[in-house]
Amino acid sequence: MISQTTPSVFKRVLPQLVILAVVLACNLAVFPGFFALSVHDGRVFGNLVDVLNRGAPVALLCIGMTLVIATRGIDLSVGAVMAIAGAVAASVLAGGQGWGTALLGALAAGLLCGLWNGVLVAVLRIQPIVATLVLMVAGRGIAQLITEGTILTFLDPGMIRLGAGTVLGLPTPIWIWIGLGALVITVVRRSALGMLIEAIGINEAASRLAGINSRVLLICVYGVTGFCAALAGVIVAADIKGADANNAGLWLELDAILAVVIGGNSLLGGRFSILASLLGALIIQSVNAFILLSGLPPEFNLIIKAVLILAILVIQSPKVGHALYMLRAGGLPLGGRTKARSPLTSKEEKAQ
Amino acid sequence: MIRATHLPLLVTLLTFVLAYALCAAQYPAMLSSRVIANLLTDNAFLGIVAVGMTFVILSGGIDLSVGSVIAFTGVFLAVVLRDSAMPPLLAFALALLIATAFGAAMGAIIHYLEMPPFIVTLAGMFLARGAAYVLSTESVPIDNALYDTLQALYIRAPGGGRFRLIGGIMLAVFLAGALVLHRTRLGQNVYALGGGVATARLMGVPLARTTIAIYAISGGLAGLAGIVFSLYTSAGYSLATVGVELDAIAAVVIGGTLLSGGYGYVAGTFFGILIMGLIQTYIVFDGTLSSWWTKIVIGALLFAFILLQKGLTWATTSRRKVLSGSAAPS
Amino acid sequence: MSVPIRPLLHARGISKFFPGAVALDAVELKLNPGEVHALLGENGAGKSTLIKCLTGAYRRDGGTVTLDGQDVSPASTNEAQALGIGTVYQEVNLLPNLTVAENLFLGRQMTRFGLVRRRAMNARARAVLEDYGLSIDPAEPLTSYSVAVQQVVAIARAVEMSGKVLILDEPTASLDRDEVQLVFGVIRRLKARGLAIVFVTHFLDQVFEICDRATILRNGRVVGERLLEAVRPDDIVTLMLGRQLEARVQARRSGPGGEVLVELEGLGRRGMLEPVSLSIRAGEVVGLAGLLGSGRTELATLLFGAVAADSGTVRKRGRALRLARPRDAIAARFALCPEDRKTHGIVADLSVRDNILLALQARQGWMRPVPRARVNEIAEHYRRALDIRAASLDMPIRLLSGGNQQKALLARWLATRPDLLILDEPTRGIDVGAHAEIIALIERLREEGMALLIASSELEELVAYSSRVVVLRDRRQVGALEGSRITPDNIIGAIAAQTPQTPQEVPA
Repeated sequence: MISQTTPSVFKRVLPQLVILAVVLACNLAVFPGFFALSVHDGRVFGNLVDVLNRGAPVALLCIGMTLVIATRGIDLSVGAVMAIAGAVAASVLAGGQGWGTALLGALAAGLLCGLWNGVLVAVLRIQPIVATLVLMVAGRGIAQLITEGTILTFLDPGMIRLGAGTVLGLPTPIWIWIGLGALVITVVRRSALGMLIEAIGINEAASRLAGINSRVLLICVYGVTGFCAALAGVIVAADIKGADANNAGLWLELDAILAVVIGGNSLLGGRFSILASLLGALIIQSVNAFILLSGLPPEFNLIIKAVLILAILVIQSPKVGHALYMLRAGGLPLGGRTKARSPLTSKEEKAQ
Repeated sequence: MIRATHLPLLVTLLTFVLAYALCAAQYPAMLSSRVIANLLTDNAFLGIVAVGMTFVILSGGIDLSVGSVIAFTGVFLAVVLRDSAMPPLLAFALALLIATAFGAAMGAIIHYLEMPPFIVTLAGMFLARGAAYVLSTESVPIDNALYDTLQALYIRAPGGGRFRLIGGIMLAVFLAGALVLHRTRLGQNVYALGGGVATARLMGVPLARTTIAIYAISGGLAGLAGIVFSLYTSAGYSLATVGVELDAIAAVVIGGTLLSGGYGYVAGTFFGILIMGLIQTYIVFDGTLSSWWTKIVIGALLFAFILLQKGLTWATTSRRKVLSGSAAPS
Repeated sequence: MSVPIRPLLHARGISKFFPGAVALDAVELKLNPGEVHALLGENGAGKSTLIKCLTGAYRRDGGTVTLDGQDVSPASTNEAQALGIGTVYQEVNLLPNLTVAENLFLGRQMTRFGLVRRRAMNARARAVLEDYGLSIDPAEPLTSYSVAVQQVVAIARAVEMSGKVLILDEPTASLDRDEVQLVFGVIRRLKARGLAIVFVTHFLDQVFEICDRATILRNGRVVGERLLEAVRPDDIVTLMLGRQLEARVQARRSGPGGEVLVELEGLGRRGMLEPVSLSIRAGEVVGLAGLLGSGRTELATLLFGAVAADSGTVRKRGRALRLARPRDAIAARFALCPEDRKTHGIVADLSVRDNILLALQARQGWMRPVPRARVNEIAEHYRRALDIRAASLDMPIRLLSGGNQQKALLARWLATRPDLLILDEPTRGIDVGAHAEIIALIERLREEGMALLIASSELEELVAYSSRVVVLRDRRQVGALEGSRITPDNIIGAIAAQTPQTPQEVPA
């Protein structure tokens, strides 16, 4: 909120914009019609629309994931929570209720899952990666329990519109993730939330001494993540008109973490940018599109992702960061905290 | 001599004995040698990979790549045996070498770039799975004389149970793992890393060598698990063993090993594997229970053990906290 | 008695520079065999830097070290150990998850065919530890024994692996009286074996009990080397705390102040601080004197609720307060600038502006952000009022100098308009200019009617601004001085007294 002025936001997301532009340019190179848009029956079609639409689940997930990672945490359970939310929505519909009730039920379930994680992390002080592993393992079982092991299909037009419908010519999921993203960014930056979350992630002891209620804030952050995951789960279910407890959101937690990392947010917590994470999600989706269009076998998808992660790791590495810092003495905020520290102290810090 | 550090292991053992007794009370057939033999055979690859995971978790790390490495090894073997005249034993050796080198490389990145193991092995997971896809997206059947011979090897126990080779391999790996962890300098260094990296460094533990060795062992055992899995299924499929890393982590934790490192035993992991196998066997026997209960029960066990460990850690460190008297440990 | 024994270890002209600071300036340290040598000095005096230079954790920037007549310059603690210099730290540096024997032999286990011989190792460990007066089962986990036993195991490991020089860095900091005797017994045995032992501690009684000689450091320089038989505790304290500030600090001492604002009655916590009672009036400064580890910081920590007290009450204007968390204290309009600026004060990657706003914003809750105009107004106000020198208020606070970080932290708390401001070592590690400004600020705040509780090891400072000084030693309140009795000599006397003085009555 405070130090966010337009030029600094632009500077912050510049690396992501550049990467996105490069990936899109590659797309254009292999498929000259990539940017083409056409309108049929009041609906816009085109590859760009597809990227925005297909990227919706990961984009939604990375909104919450960014906040969690900013607090020095992580949430491995979001994929499983998606499955649970989809299952709840489908079973509410199967029970004869309307799509509104189904949506509310799914969101409530997601929120509950998030709060559970939050309590484990903030109250019982279990490491986030361990705490959220529980729900990651058990979550799909719970989802299957709800759907009783079948793919629970539904035909409710209201629900289906959430995943496959259009609003003002664009697919609904696009509006949903852009809307939620804008809402969360606004709330986080217009209120003091963003600053307090960053303070917890950077130095929890000092934050506590400054009077920040880190416990409640942590629980809230995990709650928001559960909520985002639930919304993503509903969209995925609505898209295929059914809840598939086994495959809905499978491994999407990893994509979401990847999007956050591509967004230049440090896994060690602290300063964050949701906008950059959202761009990260779009970059991942554009890479997927590129692989599809370029005729490369889709098998390469994972290898490219791995290479992306490794490249970003190297850039974020404290050691490499230090070397870059020495080179540029100032430099771009590429996410890794480019502190001026001697190799010796950085080792010491890692050790703690 | 019962010590606090043995408590989780004892709880694991007790859980297993109780669970088995309950199962047997309901279905006496579960005591048959056939069930026991199948328990070992069906969980052989998981057990082998869980031994490697025990090393990694004891040192305070995590390895998310093992499931993908198993799949890669399986596909690699299937494709090599189909497309070349390489003798299977050489192919096995080659597969083990690749998997070990892969693990060692991840360990080197973790140590030298000072990156969290979680994210490095995540990249490894994508890479190994991707490499498996590139080799073949289809399931490749393995038709090989040596495979037939090896699969036909078993010891018949009274009661009709067939103790197969791969179960034996798993037991051997558990024994070797226990020996290395508890009786060698490397093993002690693994525990030392889990006890505290800074202290371990001050005490002269070679961090680089140990970290690389740990992930190399995990990778190598994942490769061995891949070989065992291909013997088990007679095929290589790039979509196989998705999520096995989670099962392995769960088995280690249910086996009483502290997820943040330093405390635990290979023997615990063995019983962790047996408990997980038992749940599945019970569900098969019951016939009315659905498979998803496996996941829920494992999740609940995971949670229970995490809480148990948390309680123990809290009980042993609360005294120190008072002494240091600082606000919140940072 | 200057017997010409060749010192076992002789460090000469040791210098160490950090960016923007001289940590050690041509320091000399002479260690004789069979002698326990105390290394004394307040925080930041250079003790730990000197130790790190000797043990190879740091590379020295100048000077020579001779060990047994040979020039040495170890590049790592392991190399130092191999040369014969072993170290034991305050925090037991052993692994809590291993057994006693495993800790003792880590890295040099007895093996046969590559397998560790556990039984033989346990037997050997038992024999070794018996030499140190411990008869314990070495197959038990380390943590099943008390910290004192762990400390002896750490000493045994260090001596077994090095054997010439043993550096003990505050080994008794978290031990009680009996446990200290256990460690001292071991030290005496080692002394008899002819080791040269360096003993770092903040407990003067212990220095006089166990040590033969002392080197005193202040601000990176040696200010004296003394044979302990020949000196009194007062002299040592005087050397440690120094008097260089006398001419500079010119604050006027306050009068008795106004109404009683805060009363502490028996505030304490087991193992941390014995019950302390005192009262603070509006418009007065109460000083907390004592050496490091005397309970100064602990008192501030308890009063602010950072650690919950388990005895006593705190009243503000007669009303009892519940102080379980810092939030409770902040709600009562208390504020604390902690001693350890880096880990408990600044939020390093946030901007100076956000750091200043943090406490105010935390109190208001996230829903009610301080409006941007007001934020700028507050930040600008304090930037000017406290002369915080930052190129921009948007830069991360970690880039500021220590003095400016401290001023920003003061600004953080002043922005909450506290009634009671607790300052723990407000002038440590900051430059001379900022130092004077902070003292002037303390005076100004007091005149505006704020109550201040200030813990400091700078005696001249305390004398200058306090209307009362409470003296702590060994985590216990041992005296209180008032009015004209507040002089550096009296404070030193109270700190150094071997037997507790009759505590002066604290006016309620």
